Amino acid sequence: MAVQVLMPALSPTMEEGTLAKWLVKEGDVVKSGQIIAEIETDKATMEFEAVDEGIVGKLLVAEGSAGVKVNTPIAVLVEEGESADAPAAAAPAPAAAVEAAPVAAAAPAAPKAAVEVVSKASPDWAEGTPMKTMTVREALREAMAEEMRGNPNVFLMGEEVGEYQGAYKISQGLLDEFGAKRVIDTPITEHGFAGLAVGAAWGGLNPIVEFMTFNFAMQAIDHLINSAAKTNYMSGGQLGCSIVFRGPNGAAARVGAQHSQDYAAWYAAIPGMKVVMPYSASDAKGLLKSAIRDPNPVIFLENEILYGKSFEVPAVDDFTIPFGKARIWREGTDVTIVSFGIGMTYALEAADKLAAEGISAEVIDLRTLRPIDYDTVLASVMKTNRCVTVEEGFPVGSIGNHIGATIMQRAFDYLDAPVINCTGKDVPMPYAANLEKLALVTTADVVDAVKSVCYR
Amino acid sequence: MATKKAPERPNVSKEELLKYYREMLLIRRFEEKAGQLYGMGLIGGFCHLYIGQEAVVVGLEAATKEGDKRITSYRDHGHMLACGMDPKGVMAELTGRIGGYSKGKGGSMHMFSREKHFYGGHGIVGAQVPLGAGLAFADKYNGNDNVTFTYFGDGAANQGQVYETYNMAQLWNLPVIFVIENNQYAMGTSVKRSTKSPSLWERGAAYGIKGEAVDGMDVLAVKAASEKAVAACRAGDGPYILEMMTYRYRRHSMSDPAKYRTREEVEKMKSEKDAIEHVRDLLLQGGLATDEDLKAIDKDIKAIVNEAAEFSKESPEPPVEELWTDIYA
Repeated sequence: MAVQVLMPALSPTMEEGTLAKWLVKEGDVVKSGQIIAEIETDKATMEFEAVDEGIVGKLLVAEGSAGVKVNTPIAVLVEEGESADAPAAAAPAPAAAVEAAPVAAAAPAAPKAAVEVVSKASPDWAEGTPMKTMTVREALREAMAEEMRGNPNVFLMGEEVGEYQGAYKISQGLLDEFGAKRVIDTPITEHGFAGLAVGAAWGGLNPIVEFMTFNFAMQAIDHLINSAAKTNYMSGGQLGCSIVFRGPNGAAARVGAQHSQDYAAWYAAIPGMKVVMPYSASDAKGLLKSAIRDPNPVIFLENEILYGKSFEVPAVDDFTIPFGKARIWREGTDVTIVSFGIGMTYALEAADKLAAEGISAEVIDLRTLRPIDYDTVLASVMKTNRCVTVEEGFPVGSIGNHIGATIMQRAFDYLDAPVINCTGKDVPMPYAANLEKLALVTTADVVDAVKSVCYR
Repeated sequence: MATKKAPERPNVSKEELLKYYREMLLIRRFEEKAGQLYGMGLIGGFCHLYIGQEAVVVGLEAATKEGDKRITSYRDHGHMLACGMDPKGVMAELTGRIGGYSKGKGGSMHMFSREKHFYGGHGIVGAQVPLGAGLAFADKYNGNDNVTFTYFGDGAANQGQVYETYNMAQLWNLPVIFVIENNQYAMGTSVKRSTKSPSLWERGAAYGIKGEAVDGMDVLAVKAASEKAVAACRAGDGPYILEMMTYRYRRHSMSDPAKYRTREEVEKMKSEKDAIEHVRDLLLQGGLATDEDLKAIDKDIKAIVNEAAEFSKESPEPPVEELWTDIYA
């Protein structure tokens, strides 16, 4: 009986990929375990092995097709004498339900539309600035490459940043351009290489340290805080430390409790540290360039799910964004939604839904959590009289708690309702798909919170 | 430890011996004064004295050149004096005054001098080890032939990050000299009670790092070992481990009752192995100096230390505005 071969999910966050190359042709006999195709994910090009045996009856997706959704049938295997056009049973599919997508959908997809900016004017670039669409991943890479070109003391170190081209492909191509002296693969030794990089910064270099995830940086946190952040103070200003610690932070998808924590509030608590958590590609680029130039230690919190998301980025030389300046993504009059990082996804989605129900939300992206742009938040709350904060981290000691407390102290008389903090739930991240969804903050949480503060 | 050595005529000049004598004596007298000021309530918090270990830093510094770096743990006063930092600035930091190296904001464990390439003064046991390798990494990156002396104790030698650093230092051939100051006790825990390894320097062999144990009470032996290690690192043949067998006469910190060792043990070390007495004997019995010569040096040192103590009392506390400075560079 004919079986369908489906587009596989080859990483926790992969939703679609490119069928880079077929290694078999119609009529070939395929053995179980044989490599039949090369598939490019957002992270890497992977070999795809056949699970079933049979004859390649039909290749449903042409070589080079991009945007092929996971679980799309890409080929049909038949038994000898069987027609490829016979109704095919789905091959044992990965856990998710098989949405038998029409084959046509597998044709090269149009580039994803970039997220629209609803706010009339952006403070980050002048009107009429030429723009280009790029992913957060490309923006981060471009920021590092530009800064490395401009300053020979900037170097990148971390696990798999060089020959592997980056665990998440952020550093793809940097080894080729800058060589092994400046793109340094480390052993798996977070505590050690974080400390070594701080020493190198004291020695006059400008290290960029990539953590494969900030979850692993807990092994190194003593050096981030005690060595990098405190020494300028302890030395009476003699020993600043120009260093960037960057990497994905927070939940990806289905990776369980030890790989899913958001550390924004932890690092933002530390004087001597600067903390950045960008949402868009333009912020990722402009803020990472500023981070690399900053004479202080900067924690740069990225998000794996945002890496592949596209945005408009100014196509100008040397585009930077200063720290401590929030961005108003959407202007509104009824409520202020304050968020940062991937929380912005829920904040903006909620604002759309609320608009349809006649509630006008102003959405503020803090962008940097130390320093925090209190003025923009307070000015907005004084206008809307209501505030909801959105973040993925744990609820106790969250950034939202701090924003709420600040509003209470500095704008109490303007508040018409208590500030509500939408956060991740107070549980270690579960693995099960349904529980994971419940543990994360959702757009529905934000909508409900806004309605609550608006007494609707 | 071995018994007291018969003074011999080493291949060392009178000037050199006098220099070591002077430098070691400065550390000892300085530390004695610091202990006194602590007792008077002028120095607060933790205060870890270096008395007994003076030959280690003085011997190692004898092989350095401009641009070489050093970094150590919280028992750091001796290292600062040995690399030429001003005793006044060190003592004023101990008393928490604006005239201190960190404007009074660092204290005994956290002092630094960019000018003298002294990178602290670190309070977290073992943290200075990767930091020191990073300083060496910068020198290698910049293509100079400077070396970094990264000091840590026998206690820190059991920290995991030491071995993470060994691995990277050897992998990347970093010009770093790991100096294990084995003073036999990690606070109250003797080496025998914390490890079954016969020696600490030999652990480097697992990473392919060369090293040796050195009589850390003999400044000339230390200097000779330092020259060898420095030469290897300057030639691109680093890293290198030197395990200095030494002894701390005083308590771990000022608040340590020191019940873990006998008074006799301490007295035996003082009478048989004292580093300063050793050089003194070499000078006197070798006919290189007279009692009067040495007395003049003693007097000189005493004056320097008293001046530092006076400065540390007179220098004002940091103005309150200093609370909010230096948080960011």
